Amino acid sequence: MVTQVTSLSRSGLADFLVQRASAVLLLLYAACVLGWFLVSEEISHAALKAWFGSAPMRLFSILAVLATAMHSWVGMWTVGTDYLRPHYFGRWATACRLVYQLGVLLILFIYVAWGVSLFWFL
Amino acid sequence: MRLLPGGFGKALGSGMAEANLGNLIVQSPRPVSLSLSPAKFRWPVTAMASIAHRITGVALFAALAWLLYLLDLALDSPAGFERAQALLQAPAAKLLLIGLLGLLAYHLLAGVRHLLLDLHIGDGLPAANWAAWLVFALTGLAVIALGVWLW
Repeated sequence: MVTQVTSLSRSGLADFLVQRASAVLLLLYAACVLGWFLVSEEISHAALKAWFGSAPMRLFSILAVLATAMHSWVGMWTVGTDYLRPHYFGRWATACRLVYQLGVLLILFIYVAWGVSLFWFL
Repeated sequence: MRLLPGGFGKALGSGMAEANLGNLIVQSPRPVSLSLSPAKFRWPVTAMASIAHRITGVALFAALAWLLYLLDLALDSPAGFERAQALLQAPAAKLLLIGLLGLLAYHLLAGVRHLLLDLHIGDGLPAANWAAWLVFALTGLAVIALGVWLW
């Protein structure tokens, strides 16, 4: 089996499954949030907070934040390895890709810390 | 791999990999796997669907910061909710929100198509073309609905 040091899970099959499982969860979450906005008669701060602040929605939202991070990581990693390679960037390709991957990881860390704390302390 | 005198390689026509080494042409009998020049290449609708899925994904990764900021603001306090509402009153912000939700709609619909392809549903050529068009058409309808709803 091919292992990739930079893919975090180090396995393409694991990345494939993570991508699909997180996609299904995010699809359900998007349908759930859209449904609420469509059926709500009045969208106010109180209504928004009561709904997002309920225990099931807090759990679902935190799961969605984590799924977003995993899904984005696999997607952005794939994009990076497709374009940031020696064919286009010569001898600096690996350095470019590592900087890019660290940048993506940093942004994802901020999203996770922000999103999880937002819903955890709601 | 054969080493031929310069100039001989050209007579063999295109589709063969060649490189000039001094006065010798290094002629490889292997065909070039993807000899795509922009002038010759035509985008099938499935390729458009694929690259659009990728572009919308990267755009959503970047846009998440703004969407998370708006949600954080709206959930923070009644004053924050009003501030978020005021921010979205500007036509540019409204347009941006509708656009981003349109990108999300495309990414989700194309994602469903992708999951179905994984299950070998609609992976024949006619069905794949048809489904790619369907995803674009449904996204168009979603953007119109979002525009009517949110403007």
